[in-house]
Amino acid sequence: MKNSLFLQGLKYGIPIALGYIPIAIAFGILTASEGIPLLTGMLMSLTVFAGASQFVAVNLMSLGAASGEIILTTFILNFRHFLMSASLSQRLKEDTSLTYRSMLSFGITDETFSLASVTTLEENSKLPFPFLAGLMLISFTAWNTGTWIGLFMGNILPDILQNSMGIALYVMFIGLLVPSMKTSFPILMVAIVAMLSHSAIIFIPWIPGFSAGWNIILSTMLGAFCGTLLFPKEDSNA
Amino acid sequence: MHNSLLIVLGMAVVTYIPRMLPMVLLQNIRLQPHIKRFLSFIPFAALGALIFPEILFSTETVPSSIVGASLAVLLAFYTKNLIIIVLSGILGSLLYQIFFL
Repeated sequence: MKNSLFLQGLKYGIPIALGYIPIAIAFGILTASEGIPLLTGMLMSLTVFAGASQFVAVNLMSLGAASGEIILTTFILNFRHFLMSASLSQRLKEDTSLTYRSMLSFGITDETFSLASVTTLEENSKLPFPFLAGLMLISFTAWNTGTWIGLFMGNILPDILQNSMGIALYVMFIGLLVPSMKTSFPILMVAIVAMLSHSAIIFIPWIPGFSAGWNIILSTMLGAFCGTLLFPKEDSNA
Repeated sequence: MHNSLLIVLGMAVVTYIPRMLPMVLLQNIRLQPHIKRFLSFIPFAALGALIFPEILFSTETVPSSIVGASLAVLLAFYTKNLIIIVLSGILGSLLYQIFFL
């Protein structure tokens, strides 16, 4: 029974794994081509496990940026996981041990978090440890496998396919969001406010933007805040 | 060489701590209803912010991204199967690049 939950997690994670591999390959290629030690690239995927920040870090390293600057940038870029961790903590089975919780937190990414959040397993609405462990493990494995492929073998995918696969995780997000937007008006509004505010920060010149990390945090909080303000009660199925 | 490994270590620490703290600290704390409500909206707000506008720049050209994204939105109305949605999004932008670029 525990085993089947773990397998279910692995299975649910397949789309994430599919999306991670080409991006991780690109990360490996970039790392190798910037002349950064292969060991550094491997360890980064093993211990940081956060896509965008790894690209930025490799870029900054190749520009010879100071260590402190690279670490601070990583912190800012990845701080959005703080919000996600807080949200996911409420979806986790209450009796999950502290050890299990601290293990699972390592696997929180934009993708594992969103997929877990919209998942309701039949038996109850709270998520059990083995399911999340399976989901995160397959994603983590794909990320690291892709990194090694990129580092040691270069681009094994044709360029045009590698380019098109850049959209994979975004369309997966669409697949996660649309069903909930269809059935819940509050969720529809929350997502639209977040999209519009993120676009406003990026496209309207007189609205001050921050780093990519803060832009996402700000628009996410704005969306969730408007939702809480406009739809404070849980009477619709949000 | 040595330096870059230390940077990775620092990155790992500052990435892990924000991921871990809420998960561990909010375990047995009773949150106020409106905080809970706020947290329950976070996934959908995050999805919105993560998708748009970045999806426009996720492939070689904006039009090929729009084609892939539109196909995915359309399919997402009919199926929850993520593999189908992901593959169709990739295929949509791939076909656009093959035929129009």
